Amino acid sequence: MSKNKVLLTDPLDDNNPITVQVLGICSALAITVQLKAAIVMSLSVIAVMAASNVIISILRDLIPNRIRIIVQLVVVASMVVLVDQVLRAYAYDVSKELSIFIGLIITNCIVMGRLEAFALGNGVWRSFLDGVGNAFGYAWILILVAFFRELLGSGKLLGIQAIPDFIYEMGYVDNGLMLLSPMALITVGLIIWVQRSRNRKLIEQG
Amino acid sequence: MDYANLFIKSIFIENMVFAYFLGMCSYLAVSKTVKTSIGMGFAVIFVLTITVPLNFLIDQYLLQAGALKWIGPEYAELDLSFLSFIMFIAVIASMVQLVEMIVEKFSPALYGALGIFLPLIAVNCAILGGSLFMQIKDFSGITESAIYGLGSGIGWLLAILAIAAIREKIAYSNVPAPLKGLGITFIITGLMAIGFMSFMGIKL
Repeated sequence: MSKNKVLLTDPLDDNNPITVQVLGICSALAITVQLKAAIVMSLSVIAVMAASNVIISILRDLIPNRIRIIVQLVVVASMVVLVDQVLRAYAYDVSKELSIFIGLIITNCIVMGRLEAFALGNGVWRSFLDGVGNAFGYAWILILVAFFRELLGSGKLLGIQAIPDFIYEMGYVDNGLMLLSPMALITVGLIIWVQRSRNRKLIEQG
Repeated sequence: MDYANLFIKSIFIENMVFAYFLGMCSYLAVSKTVKTSIGMGFAVIFVLTITVPLNFLIDQYLLQAGALKWIGPEYAELDLSFLSFIMFIAVIASMVQLVEMIVEKFSPALYGALGIFLPLIAVNCAILGGSLFMQIKDFSGITESAIYGLGSGIGWLLAILAIAAIREKIAYSNVPAPLKGLGITFIITGLMAIGFMSFMGIKL
């Protein structure tokens, strides 16, 4: 039982997909301008990862080794199409905003990476837990970055003003640079810095 | 749109890495030395220049709303664009496989240089991103989409080459221990991206 729990908790910190395994960076950076988009993206990734990990794990003895990448891509792509259609039906604005990045979940290395490294060699329940755990590890970094970018960049959280008016009257100005893409990279860099100085066994040697 | 303009724009202003963060995973993983990053960069240029126009044709004649008119008037109503993710990724994966086989057969030297990078490319988001952006941008012809693919590839090569050269040098600097490796690479990429923003607004 505790072994299964590790599958869920390990990716949150010690083995975080973004800051330690360096998977799934592309989407993590591009859609973190607003908290809302980041939350929708996280939910989509959680759904896609859990579903595709389960499917690949069920099929793992049937997939010929040579063409496994194509099979994995097709499974992931079908899951992503489902998510994309659901978003278009029920959350059209957000889906417009995420534009091509929902499609890019297909090549999000986090999904492929976990399929290759875990689902191909483990049972269904364990693969499901691994998928959910890693997706949560991805989600919380994503939401953290988006939190800072939206708060400092436009003074809002989830579209609602978070910095009270009297601070603006005292001369505080929103930092427009936070809304631009380079600051996403720097924010993630700083998060890595904080995480590694608290958890020193993650520090790279050499 | 003017071809030269599109070319410059796709290299510098809409740089895959610095403006859209596409292909970050391989960008971070392969950029430890200049030599490997050149190999990866050329493989990306190669595959992007082939797959973007190919997917343009597929989008134009199979997937778009009304694209199937050429079969017969009764198909003019069909809209298969929800299939585009699966079609694009299948084209990319099979093209990568095909390119790998052709290169292996006809140019073993090039295969030796690109060999290990080609399979990695199927899951490089810059490639799929190129095709998806092509779909959004509404290019008027196959030449435009080919130029866009080529330009984006060159932009990606520039980015990975620059960061690889910096990472080779930064090994000798005194970076705070928790920032070593990944952290400092992120911050440098951010600063480079700010630099690339200065190209914004350039028009030929």
